[in-house]
Amino acid sequence: MPDEPPIERRPQESERPEYPDAAQRPRVGVDTWVAEHGERVQRGPLRRAAERVPGWARLLAFVAVAAVFPIAVDDEYLQRVGVDTLIFMLLAVGLNVVVGYAGLLDLGYIAFFGFGAYTYAIVSSDKYDYHWPAEATIPFILVVTAALGLLLGLPSRRLLGDYLAIVTLFFGQLFVTITNNSTDVKLPFMDRARDLTGGPNGITDLDPIDFAGVELNSVPRYFWFALALFVLVVVALHFVNESRTGRAWRALREDPLAAEAMTMPVNRLKLLAFAFGAAVAGVTGAIFASLQTAVFPQSFDVSLLIILYAMVILGGTGSLAGVALGAIVVNVLLEGLTNTDDTLPVVGETPPRLLFYGLVAVGLALIVRPWRWLAVAAAATIAFGFAARLVAEQWWERGTAGRPSQAGRIGDLVDGWLLFPRDPVDIGNYAFVALIASVLVLTLLRRPWRWIALAPVLYLAAFVWENRLIQEPSVTRFILLGAILVGLMASRPQGLFGTARVEIA
Amino acid sequence: MDVLALTPWDDWSIFIQLCVNGVTLGSVYALIALGYSMVYGILKMLNFAHGDVYMIGSFLGYFMLTSGLDGPMNLAVPIWLALTLVLLVAMLGAGLLGVAIERFAYRPLRNAPRIAPLISALGVSFFLQNSALLLFGANFRTYDAFTLDGGVLFTKGIFEAWGKDDAIALNLPLLNMLVIGGAIVLMILLTLLVARTRLGKAMRATAFDREAAAMMGINPDRVIMATFFIGSALAGAAGVMVGMLFGQVYHFMGFLAGLKGFTAAVVGGIGSIPGAMLGGLLIGMIEAFSTGYLPEGSKFQDFYVFILLIAVMLFRPTGLLGRADIAKV
Repeated sequence: MPDEPPIERRPQESERPEYPDAAQRPRVGVDTWVAEHGERVQRGPLRRAAERVPGWARLLAFVAVAAVFPIAVDDEYLQRVGVDTLIFMLLAVGLNVVVGYAGLLDLGYIAFFGFGAYTYAIVSSDKYDYHWPAEATIPFILVVTAALGLLLGLPSRRLLGDYLAIVTLFFGQLFVTITNNSTDVKLPFMDRARDLTGGPNGITDLDPIDFAGVELNSVPRYFWFALALFVLVVVALHFVNESRTGRAWRALREDPLAAEAMTMPVNRLKLLAFAFGAAVAGVTGAIFASLQTAVFPQSFDVSLLIILYAMVILGGTGSLAGVALGAIVVNVLLEGLTNTDDTLPVVGETPPRLLFYGLVAVGLALIVRPWRWLAVAAAATIAFGFAARLVAEQWWERGTAGRPSQAGRIGDLVDGWLLFPRDPVDIGNYAFVALIASVLVLTLLRRPWRWIALAPVLYLAAFVWENRLIQEPSVTRFILLGAILVGLMASRPQGLFGTARVEIA
Repeated sequence: MDVLALTPWDDWSIFIQLCVNGVTLGSVYALIALGYSMVYGILKMLNFAHGDVYMIGSFLGYFMLTSGLDGPMNLAVPIWLALTLVLLVAMLGAGLLGVAIERFAYRPLRNAPRIAPLISALGVSFFLQNSALLLFGANFRTYDAFTLDGGVLFTKGIFEAWGKDDAIALNLPLLNMLVIGGAIVLMILLTLLVARTRLGKAMRATAFDREAAAMMGINPDRVIMATFFIGSALAGAAGVMVGMLFGQVYHFMGFLAGLKGFTAAVVGGIGSIPGAMLGGLLIGMIEAFSTGYLPEGSKFQDFYVFILLIAVMLFRPTGLLGRADIAKV
């Protein structure tokens, strides 16, 4: 990308920094946000054209495409993925209010989602024998979760960002603990011990949402319902963000102290952000509960939180379109990485393999310049592979005894030069640890050595993937997600679509 | 169990038992909290991956203690030496892991917006947790395949082990005593290190003002690295101890322990070393006593700890021993 603003250009190793402490100095005056709004940044023609499209047109285009999705795709699994994606998008835009607009690190967000889901379960199942109509349930959940958000915000309002993170993280864990353990509880005001939440077995057999005479009894209907809600939420949040409150939130995010000095009611603003985020999460929880027809504590654990943060961060905090896009990308990625059953029609390969090699290629393309070196690196890797294979055939009989575990075109391609040992689990584990170490070392190496080491490391990555990671897709996807988060923070902390801000100390 | 079935006056032996449990747990939390607190003191950042370093430490201890051992352990060296060695190696491993995390995940973000290192830490935590799941599997690894020193360490009370079981009808397991003793030794060493050595002085100076320290010829990178090494080594030690104490290790154990360690650091006053010790002890005691004396305490220990956290946040936001930071504009 030739049009990158100057702040993102990494210094070449050959260049000596101007000052010995250049890396440590605050980069005043090269803030992307400032530069963009002073129109000092030249964007490429594509990006400029994309930016000229107004927000409502983008939303409309998305809705138009999304609305026909359940009709065009006649596959229950894919439709379900679509609904899940919408749920994640709703959660992500809700979290964006707290993290992106107001800059508060809320790590208990999932608890509001769970609270909404459990509230729905309580008022619409046989467990307590309430069967409220959805027209009443959904506003009720909206109010209750917003109130819970306020309540959690109350003790936190005096706190600086970091303390807030701990209180909310603990709160999120507490939600799981309480729902998990309230099976046989006798509290001081109760006459006997009762089962409040069903514990790990959850609450099952929930009523489907029956909203304004339309019963949501099929996946496409849930899809449209979630889509309508998404549009509603996005439009509402857009206007909130453009309002006085929204501007105040941004001021609070940039500098709470200065905001307070400007007589902004900092505490009230924080509480408001919490309540907004919580309300969105609560309503989404109701849809989620009704879609699943059951709620379980383990659906609301900390891994969901990290997935959500990955969505918001990847998209770029603060931008509605960004976080929505982030939610789509991350959820499709996570789903794709576990879908090992089907081979995609055109390319003749399973999604996990494509995604893995695609991610490696994209990662390399972001780092390697000029791009012709990519081809060299690939060729060197394959050459290294053939050499390794030759050596193994002579000395290490076990190393070539296995086969690729999944069929597919890439599987056939790597079969010739990758080693496939018999019983690859242990070897794969050691190779995995070696891979982490060698990738880390690679980032430390200087120019010629980095190039020389690249091919063996790539080879090792392919080896670990084909022999070990591909066997454990549900774990692998989280390992990759964690690695992506760390890598993204190191290379582009503002996310893919966000703008960089520099804190001036 | 009836609500508030017990008060300490009913049965003092239970009270003492709970005290022992609380102090044991508390000293482990204190060890974890120290790492959080030290890192926060210097970098002003919450190291969410700390709990997972602790988890890796406990796995290291587990593999060293169980490798090739089934049945009563026959060692060429005395048992105390073996345990010390295992502890030291696990500390070294965890310390190196901490240094690597700092070097690769946090150092590039020194001047990034404040939220960036936190997110990176979440990513590291997620990565470590799931890597452990991949490498070690989802099952709990239990220690019960072997009994150290003829089982004395795990089952017998301290008085029994010393042949004086008629002295008092209490089960004070030797292992608990070892954990408490080990934690106290480590904390004394840490306090001496921070108070008496050049490195400790450099750490205090860097925590006070990194730029000024750099001008005085202190290399902040090296000090930060040392801080991460020491903090992570303490977490690794805590991991080995907990693994032996509860007899099991698993990939997700770091999260809850990390959360408690965190809370301990905050309750005691984050950035303060005696504060972390006090906070850890306090939380361990609350957990232990809630199982005995509070309504539904065995299920909702976390809830009572949370109440403590909220109370401290409300009435003393800087923590019990923390000092208020005055923001300069």
